[in-house]
Amino acid sequence: MSLDPSFVGRTYPPTAPYQVGREKIREFASAIGATDPAHHDPAAAQALGHPDVVAPPTFPVIVTMAASRQIIEDPALGVDYSRLVHGDQRFAYTRPVFAGDELVCTNTIEDVSTRGGHGFLTTRTDVSTVGGEPVVAVWARYVIRGEA
Amino acid sequence: MELPAQTFRVTRADLIRYAGASGDFNPIHWSDRVATKVGLPGVIAHGMFTMALVGRAVTEWAGSPDAVVEYGVRFTRPVVVPDDDQGAEIEVTARVREVTEDGLTRLEVTATCLGEKVLSQARATIRTAP
Repeated sequence: MSLDPSFVGRTYPPTAPYQVGREKIREFASAIGATDPAHHDPAAAQALGHPDVVAPPTFPVIVTMAASRQIIEDPALGVDYSRLVHGDQRFAYTRPVFAGDELVCTNTIEDVSTRGGHGFLTTRTDVSTVGGEPVVAVWARYVIRGEA
Repeated sequence: MELPAQTFRVTRADLIRYAGASGDFNPIHWSDRVATKVGLPGVIAHGMFTMALVGRAVTEWAGSPDAVVEYGVRFTRPVVVPDDDQGAEIEVTARVREVTEDGLTRLEVTATCLGEKVLSQARATIRTAP
């Protein structure tokens, strides 16, 4: 799998806003067994100084994984999705995600390389509010397995 | 300093629930037929589900659901989840690497399943409880 290194540094247009719903946060928290009241009860979240229920740390992946299709499905880059393996994931938070946030993702290709017949792709997604307030920066590294 | 170990049990039902909540419907996380066809031993947990469970352990250690400042992992080995009532068990431990002067605690996290590490370079930074 050979990927074109000239894609390094490419930034894609911001995605359409994602509206973070209170029930979505509750559903995600329940699915991972996160029972802290701040994920479920607005009053408990407000007691911590937040406007509404707080999303668990990996919640933003719902938004960024959908947004990263911009890159993974970019025909010019030509990633073979069936050979894609998720290698690394990292989040750096300016603040937690809250219900009521309207989030926009800006994707950048940080690294593209080919080693040992495998392709490597590192993406950075800057997640901010529609008002431009930064919320979390998210990195994902994918391995595109070579043909055996 | 070592933090108290936490264990998480993962069954097929948990994977289905996570698929729905996260929107990740890749069939390797629910179909043995598809998973074995691509060379896996069977259905495996979403890497992001394992990361979410380890994230729960981290917020538990932090003592607050909003204390995580940075969190990253490398997925090294799949968590195979058998189609039975026991499922798989993930054990999570952590060691404090550093406590900074500006109130941050850096953790080195280990997650294992059947005695094998399923993550590497798993690190979290949390705001130290005041």
